[in-house]
Amino acid sequence: MDAITLIGAVSVLAVGLCMGMGAIGPALGEGNAAAAAIRAMAQQPDESNNFFKTMLISMAMIESTAIYCLFICMLILFANPFWKHVTDVAAG
Amino acid sequence: MDNVSISTDSTVYRSWLLWGDDMQTGWVFELNQTLVMTWLVMALVILFSFIVTRKLSSSTKISRGQNLLEVLVGGLNLQIREVSQQEPGKYLPFIGSMFIFILVANLIGYVPGLDSPTASLTTTTSFALLVMVAVPVYGIAKKGLFGYLKLYFEPYAFFAPLNIVSEIARTVALAVRLYGNILSGAAMAAIVLGLLPILFNYEYIQPLLYPFVMLPLSLLGLLSAIVQAYIFTVLSMVFIAAATEEDTGDDQISEDLEEALEAGKAKA
Repeated sequence: MDAITLIGAVSVLAVGLCMGMGAIGPALGEGNAAAAAIRAMAQQPDESNNFFKTMLISMAMIESTAIYCLFICMLILFANPFWKHVTDVAAG
Repeated sequence: MDNVSISTDSTVYRSWLLWGDDMQTGWVFELNQTLVMTWLVMALVILFSFIVTRKLSSSTKISRGQNLLEVLVGGLNLQIREVSQQEPGKYLPFIGSMFIFILVANLIGYVPGLDSPTASLTTTTSFALLVMVAVPVYGIAKKGLFGYLKLYFEPYAFFAPLNIVSEIARTVALAVRLYGNILSGAAMAAIVLGLLPILFNYEYIQPLLYPFVMLPLSLLGLLSAIVQAYIFTVLSMVFIAAATEEDTGDDQISEDLEEALEAGKAKA
């Protein structure tokens, strides 16, 4: 297997792994956050507006870990430095 | 996958050579799509505010535009006051205009033919850098140079490197979060649309499926566009509030506690 094939194959595999693994953690975290917020809202319905706002902010912060994974996937797929180097070398 | 792009920066309309010998080595000003869209959003926001504020009235009968702006400014004031526990007057120009710009920039991507300037890392990074500069500016204006610098040595002096790293990390996080969220909406739609011909191999059925695919994705994107604008503003306000808050936290609480305890003793 030459370098171009290897890098292409590993990049695609890495993207799948990165996105899949990177989605598990935030998904669990967001589930926990939503469950806690709903429990709090059920206990104190008067404050639910406040809870909802806090939940949104914390969810966005939790979600950002998944977004970093997406960012890295985008980088590997569309702006891969290794791929660029290998194709530059191959082009001469 | 040709319709998926990671940045609108790569669409260059014209470029000028500012300084240097040729386009490769010199400084080049590129008029790209991000820049054009940013100017469009700026023009929209400024024009709308200008037209509405020409005919403000204090009677009970107000125009629709004035009503919208009043709701917006009132809501922003309320949010800033809630987050920072301070008077919003000083922070409203910075935080408010940032919110309005990011909101319009996020939403403009859902107009056919236009693209969100915030779906490009350059725009979001410049906003994150603005926040990074605004935090010390507000902090020094409120507490003085040494009062602000003392924050880096909290809770202990050897935490200073960690505090500096966290300052940089949160700026990067702020930029990448907004960029990733807005980009993922557009990229998801493009990928799903690209999948349709593979999943359904009948040409006449594909146009019928577009609304069922695009509508939920667009609705989700609209929601996240508004939420992300809100998150970005609230987080910047939290960072600024952390640098400007008065040093009354624990001492005030313990004093209140002691007073309450003494009052209880006196009663008994």
